[in-house]
Amino acid sequence: MNTSPAHPAADRILQSARQLRERLSGDLHEQVVEAIYADAARLAGRSVASPGQGALPTWERAVDRFVTSRIWGFPIMLALFTLMFWLTISGANVPSGLLSDLFIGRIYPVLSEGAIRLGTPWWLKGVVVDGMYLATAWVVSVMLPPMAIFFPLFTLLEDLGYLPRVAFNLDLPFKKAGAHGKQAMSTMMGFGCNAAGVIATRIIDSPRERLIAILTNNFALCNGRWPTQFLMATLFVGSLVPAHLAGLASAGAVTAVAALGVLITFAVAWGLSRTVLKGQVSTFSLELPPYRPPQIWRTLYTSLIDRTLFVLWRAVVFALPAGAVIWISANLSVGGTSLAEHLIGWLDPVGVVLGLNGVILLAYIVAIPANEIVIPTVLMLTVLSARLSGVGEGAGVMFELESPASLKQVLETGGWTALTGINLMLFSLLHNPCSTTIYTIYKETGSVKWTAVATLLPVVLGFLITFLVALCWRGW
Amino acid sequence: MNPSLASTPPRQACAECDVYRAAQLKKLGVNVETWDFVVALAGNPNTGKSTVFNALTGLRQHTGNWPGKTVARAEGGFEYRDQRYKLVDLPGTYSLLSTSLDEQIARDFLLFGRPDVCVVVADATRLERNLNLALQVLEITDRAVLCLNLIDEAGRRGITVDDRQLSRDLGVPVVPCAARQGQGLPELLAAVAEVADGRRLCRPHRLSQEPPALQSALRELVAQIESTYPDLPNARWVALRLLGGDEHVAQALRSGELAELYTRTQPPAASK
Repeated sequence: MNTSPAHPAADRILQSARQLRERLSGDLHEQVVEAIYADAARLAGRSVASPGQGALPTWERAVDRFVTSRIWGFPIMLALFTLMFWLTISGANVPSGLLSDLFIGRIYPVLSEGAIRLGTPWWLKGVVVDGMYLATAWVVSVMLPPMAIFFPLFTLLEDLGYLPRVAFNLDLPFKKAGAHGKQAMSTMMGFGCNAAGVIATRIIDSPRERLIAILTNNFALCNGRWPTQFLMATLFVGSLVPAHLAGLASAGAVTAVAALGVLITFAVAWGLSRTVLKGQVSTFSLELPPYRPPQIWRTLYTSLIDRTLFVLWRAVVFALPAGAVIWISANLSVGGTSLAEHLIGWLDPVGVVLGLNGVILLAYIVAIPANEIVIPTVLMLTVLSARLSGVGEGAGVMFELESPASLKQVLETGGWTALTGINLMLFSLLHNPCSTTIYTIYKETGSVKWTAVATLLPVVLGFLITFLVALCWRGW
Repeated sequence: MNPSLASTPPRQACAECDVYRAAQLKKLGVNVETWDFVVALAGNPNTGKSTVFNALTGLRQHTGNWPGKTVARAEGGFEYRDQRYKLVDLPGTYSLLSTSLDEQIARDFLLFGRPDVCVVVADATRLERNLNLALQVLEITDRAVLCLNLIDEAGRRGITVDDRQLSRDLGVPVVPCAARQGQGLPELLAAVAEVADGRRLCRPHRLSQEPPALQSALRELVAQIESTYPDLPNARWVALRLLGGDEHVAQALRSGELAELYTRTQPPAASK
C-alpha cells in the first residue's frame, strides 16, 4: 500500500487543469465528442464497404413502420399481448387440473392418513401436512402451468426484438407525461420483476426522471402477480360470458389490467412531473435493433430456468413458512376463536367496503415478502376460515379441489363474487411492492421518504380504485 | 507478474487449428476465486456482448434483444491454455462520457478495475457508431481487442469489413465473430490471451481531430500528471477528463485513489 499522501500534488494538478480549462475556448466536451465522431467516421470509411450504407432490409423497415405506426402500434400491441394471455389461460387449465388432482387429490390424503397411522401428533401433522405441504402444493399446481407457458412466450417476443418496438410506441406518451422515454424500458423490465425494473432505471441520466421511473415501476405487473391475474380472470371473468368466449374474455381482462397499469404509470408520472418533481424532459435516441430469429431451444431453456423455476422456487420458499404460519393462526385459539378468524374479522369490514374481503387483505399482509404466495394464502385462509365458521365438512373441503371449477366453489363458499375476483385483479395491480422491491428502491434512492412514497402510493390508489369499482358495481 | 511466454503449443500447425484452440477453453461459470487476468467486455447495447459472455463462461445470463438489458456488472470466468481469466460484462453504453450510472459503472471499471484486456464488442453492421465507443475505450486503456460481432448479419446485408485495415488503424487486434454461432470465438480467445500476457503490444489509435488549443493544453497537463504519477498508464485520458471538469475523476485524484491503484503490484480484485 502506498501511504504517502498525494494530496498536495493532486491539488496542483487540479489547479492547473482549472487554469488551462479557462484558457480553452468553447465547449470542450463538444469538441472532444466531435473529434471522436470524426475519427470514427473516417476509420469506418476506410474499412467498411457496403452497397446500401448498411440500411435495414426493406421487409424489416416495412414491419417496423407497421408495428410502430401511430394508428396500428397500440392495437397490435394489445392484440399480441391478449393472444399471449389467451394461449396461457387456455393452455394452463388442463395441466393445472392434473397437477392439483395429483398433489391435492391423491398425494394429500395419502400423507394425511399416513401421518395419522404413524401416530404423529395432530399439531405436527397440521403444521407440516395441512400447512406447509398444502401451501406448496397449491403454489405448484396453480402457478407452474401458466408460468411454464407465459414466460417462454414473453421471452420469445423479447428475443425477436418486439419489446424495443413497444418501448418506441410508449416513448411518446411517456414524454407527454413529463417522464423520460427510457422509462419505457424500465417499465418493460418491471413486467418481469419490479426489483429488476427499479435497478434498470439506472439507464436514466436525470435524477428527477429516474425518480419518477422508480416510483411508477410497481404499476408494471411483475412475474409474481401474473398467476393471480390468470386465475381470477379464468374463474370470475370467463364465467360472465358464454362458454365459447370465456377464454378470450379472460385474456382480454388480463390485458385490460396490464394496460391499466401502464395508463396509471402515465397518470402518476404526469402528476408527479407537474407537482413535486417539476423539470425539463430529456431527449434520447432509441435504437430499434434488427429482428433476430429467436433461438427457440435456448429461449425455452433460459425462460424455464431463469424465470419459471426462479419464481416457483421463490414462491415455494415463502410458501413453506407461510403455510405453517397460516395453519397455526387458524388453529391457535384466542378466547374461543382462532387468531386468523380474529384478524379476518377485523379486516373484513374494510375489505367489504373495497369489494374485497378480510381474507384477501390478510393474504396481502402475509404476502409482503413475495406476491407469489397471495393465491395459495387466499385459498388456505378461505378453506380454514370457512371450516371454522361451519361451512363445509372440515378439512374435507380440500379433497375436492381437483379442477379450477371446484376452486371457484370453495371461493364462492367463502362469499366471493365476480366483484371480488375483479377487484382482486385490480388490487393485485395496485398494492405495495414486495419487500425485495421496497429494499431495492431504498438502495437506489437512498431516501426513506421516497421509499415510503413508492410503497404507499400504490396502496392508496388501490384502495381508491377498488372502492370506486365496488361502489359502481353495487349501484347497479 | 506476466509470464514471459504462455504454454507453448506442441506444434505450430496445431496452434493454428480452431479445434485445438477451442479445446483449450474451459468454461468456469461463476467459479472464479483466483485468476491470472481480468478481461472486461464493453460495447454498445445490443451488439451481442452478453452472448459473447455466455459463450466464454458457459453461464446463461439472460440475453435480451433490446438495449439497457445489463445495467449492473456480470462476472464469470474461463480457463484458456492453463491461464484463468475473470470476465466482467459491463453495461452496454454508447459512450463513456455522460453522467448516467450505466456509463459510470463501465468507465469506473475500465479506469479503476484495471482490466488486463478490454474486449470491445462492436456491431459490424453499424461499425461507425460502434467505433465511437471503441475510440473512447482506447483513450482509457491501451490493451484492447475489438470483437467485430454480427459479421454474419453484415454479410447478409452485403456489408464487408476489412478487419486487417481496421486493426492497423486502431492499433489493436480486430477479430470478426458471429458469437451466436460460435464463429470467431477461438480467434478471439487467442487474441485476448496474446494481449493479456503481453505477447502482442497494442498501439492504440489517438484522436487526430482535436483542436490545436486543446492539444497544447493536454500536452501541458499530461506532462504534469506524468511527472507526479509516472506509473499512470492513461495520463492522457485523465488529463482530458480533468480539462472537461469531470468531478468524479478530480475526486479520485484528490483522495489519492487514482494514484494508489497504480502503485500496487497486483491488479486489484474487481473494485467497487
